[in-house]
Amino acid sequence: MFSRDTWKEIFETIQKNKLRTFLSGFTVAIGIFIFVVLFGFGNGLTNTFAKFFGDDATNIFFIFPGRTSVPYSGYKAGRQIEFDNSDLEDIEKNFAMFVDYVSPRITRGGLVKYKNESNNYSNRAVAPSHQYNEKTIMMKGRYINNQDVNNRTKYAVIGRLVERDLFKGKEAVGKYIDIGGSSFKVIGVFQDDGGDREERMIYIPYTTRQHIEKNTDKIDQIVLGFKPQIGYSGAMSLENSLEKYIKSKKFINPNDENGIFIRNVADQLKQNQQLARVLQIIVSFVAFGTIIAGIIGISNIMIFVVKERTKELGIRKALGATPKSVISTILLESIFITTISGFIGMILGTVLLNTMGDTLEDYFITDPYIDTGIAIFSTILLIICGALAGYVPARKAAKIKPIVALRDE
Amino acid sequence: MIEIKDLHKSYKMGSNSLHVLKGINFNVEEGELVAIMGSSGSGKSTLLNILGMLDVLDEGSYTLDGVPIVNLNETKAAQYRNKFLGFIFQSFNLINYKSAMENVALPLYYQRVGRKERQEKALQYLEQVGLKEWANHLPSELSGGQKQRVAIARALAAEPKVLMADEPTGALDSKTSYEVMDLIQKINDAGNTILVVTHEPDIADMCKRIVHLKDGIIVEDKKVDQVRASQYV
Repeated sequence: MFSRDTWKEIFETIQKNKLRTFLSGFTVAIGIFIFVVLFGFGNGLTNTFAKFFGDDATNIFFIFPGRTSVPYSGYKAGRQIEFDNSDLEDIEKNFAMFVDYVSPRITRGGLVKYKNESNNYSNRAVAPSHQYNEKTIMMKGRYINNQDVNNRTKYAVIGRLVERDLFKGKEAVGKYIDIGGSSFKVIGVFQDDGGDREERMIYIPYTTRQHIEKNTDKIDQIVLGFKPQIGYSGAMSLENSLEKYIKSKKFINPNDENGIFIRNVADQLKQNQQLARVLQIIVSFVAFGTIIAGIIGISNIMIFVVKERTKELGIRKALGATPKSVISTILLESIFITTISGFIGMILGTVLLNTMGDTLEDYFITDPYIDTGIAIFSTILLIICGALAGYVPARKAAKIKPIVALRDE
Repeated sequence: MIEIKDLHKSYKMGSNSLHVLKGINFNVEEGELVAIMGSSGSGKSTLLNILGMLDVLDEGSYTLDGVPIVNLNETKAAQYRNKFLGFIFQSFNLINYKSAMENVALPLYYQRVGRKERQEKALQYLEQVGLKEWANHLPSELSGGQKQRVAIARALAAEPKVLMADEPTGALDSKTSYEVMDLIQKINDAGNTILVVTHEPDIADMCKRIVHLKDGIIVEDKKVDQVRASQYV
């Protein structure tokens, strides 16, 4: 079956039937090519999602104060809840087992000036640990530290784009900027994967902000980073007990949904991942459809090929070809063509994906790729299906009596 | 060489069965050139198909060169065909994408003869039919007579015990027919056993024996004085 002579015979047949060879090869190559590219796009879509939502840490709760909607222990409904510094300490103390860090966040906006340049920027008054939950990356200088918090220093850490716009590419660290009427020394410049908005941010110590605002100890919101080891279910139960604790401390009815709000990033992340997974499934489904279409295509061509060769096969049988040799002639030929063209299509698709990189980023496709294993598997699947699809008509052709095959002229 | 005893064959056509061959007794000795004649429907093609192992018999026995041909599966039949029989068809049945030489070499490929030897033998048989110069031409580049001569060379290449020709001149004009018959006669002169199915009396007269079939039985079986085709060429 695998003798040199058999292959010579097959090569000759392939060479002398160029159109047939081209048609079946082209079908397989294009099928695999489209599959690889589509599947790669699916992965690119997932990459984009990971980039969108992977910017911030995922072991984070954001706790916001609200306004009560139910009267409770002597308080009327509609009371504005406020957080202050003692809440930070209490949470840190009571949930020490689960909590990694706690940081306040007081967000303000306003005009920021340096010499003649000025612009509106948001600033966040935070604790040093806030660097972790935003995954802030320092380009130069340093972030806010505990000493800054204790001394209420007027230090500011500015985003990359703030430096670019205000300082026009000149060194910003060590210079003084005017934030809402107060002078702050720039101690560091950061970058953030979260996009331009994040890189137009300014961070200052939260105590400094409180000092400026009439020496208050109020906090807008609390950012809490829990220990990642507690896992998803741990995070969900921590959220529950945290809610109970704060509600009892602030005298909020346990059933009041408006007293405080906790945004659980872990929960959101899970939803986003599910969305990305659904997208991947849809794309895989489409890619799988392409493979099916390819299989149907190659099956049709095989049936056509066998039909076209019926007479030739009849002649071969009359000259002494056994059914086995008839089947193997057809199958080896088709497997040979589909293998070569299948791998050509696969390689072309992979090369296209690799050269694409982030050129399609505007269409939410980043770094599309396909696992070599999946690409090879689907190529082999197509080859096997092509062979199976060829086998049925080949067997039928091998069974035809030569006299029937030769009869009509 | 060929021994047939009490051969019956019928075809099922729906609920009816068509009794085509109704008890044929027929022997062919080595070196004979036999014409099987009969009008259409007489069963001559069916007989040839059974003799050629392209079809199976219902009743009776068939012995070819001392080998009983019975209960053959497809693979066995293919091997026997390759070993014992060479076919010549009315419509030549050359493989159109293979050159004359490759067509002639094909039966040898199925005998697992090496490539070199195959080509040498093919050329030798092409020379015998006078087409050595056409060895590398495709069938589409040959005339009808040339095609049939290539087909004859192909049938000879396997060195079969019996050559079976089904209306070998049916698609040729009379001049070319005589050329082909001349070639067949020469091959017969060299000692090959040949069966020719035909309905043309002048072709039948060029054989050494004529078997007349009518409605599934042999009505006449006579030796004749062979008319040499060469005188018409």
